[in-house]
Amino acid sequence: MAINTAGTMTPKRPAGTLYRGREGMWSWVLHRITGVAIFFFLLVHILDTSMVRISPEAYNAVISTYQNPIMGLGETALVAAIVYHAFNGIRIILIDLWSKGAKYQRVMFWVVIGLWVVTMLGFAPRHLINVFSHVGGA
Amino acid sequence: MATTIESPRAPHTARRSRGVNWEKWGWIYMRASGVVLLVLIFGHLFVNLLVGDGIKAIDFAFVGGKWSDPFWQVWDTLMLWLAMIHGGNGMRTIVNDYATKATTRKVLLGAILVAVVAMIVLGTLVIYTFDPCPAGSPADLLPSFCATR
Repeated sequence: MAINTAGTMTPKRPAGTLYRGREGMWSWVLHRITGVAIFFFLLVHILDTSMVRISPEAYNAVISTYQNPIMGLGETALVAAIVYHAFNGIRIILIDLWSKGAKYQRVMFWVVIGLWVVTMLGFAPRHLINVFSHVGGA
Repeated sequence: MATTIESPRAPHTARRSRGVNWEKWGWIYMRASGVVLLVLIFGHLFVNLLVGDGIKAIDFAFVGGKWSDPFWQVWDTLMLWLAMIHGGNGMRTIVNDYATKATTRKVLLGAILVAVVAMIVLGTLVIYTFDPCPAGSPADLLPSFCATR
């Protein structure tokens, strides 16, 4: 407890808040970071896809840069960001609209992480095999 | 004249000015579009990255095949509009949180608006003016159905 300017006591660390500290805060930080990353990828992705309007050669040239191993790892990270943002977005909706949402927000964060792990176990091996099995031509 | 002093804990009753509550609709939009985008983007990733050879199979012919089907044209148009507005509004929230100087904020918000409008217009035009069989292109780069036209 500390004396504030009004002369009353305020706790140094507010207890039981949704957005300060621990799962509530870190889920929010991750949501922001993944959101910004996805937004910038979206700008690039619309521009690269627009190459279909120039010529088949132009599109194939730009899309082939997505097929090298380093970009393959980048795509895995991008999908990881999208899957987290999607599942945590559902958690946010439940916090807002479900009567017990705020009570279970911490549990729901770990459910989000669990579902994220399961989804990425389904996605990453398949995608990385697609990317790396063709390295060096073919 | 006696002044009425409200209880410090009295609920704030000031009425906001009339008109559309854009912040409320923005809040609703983020949630509604988010649910739809989850389905659209997971479907997009599944079909483009997990089916068949995944990203290795993506080329002009692949896109030409997809966009010859109105189903995928509508799917991608919805994804484009919903995602750009969802992302633009999210970026707006972040700029409002961190840009403390009025000029900086205006410039950044303007840049977001320009980017969102430009990408939506460009993307929509590309989806609906796209020719899967452009004249004079080598047949091996085009979808197989171009040969029978």
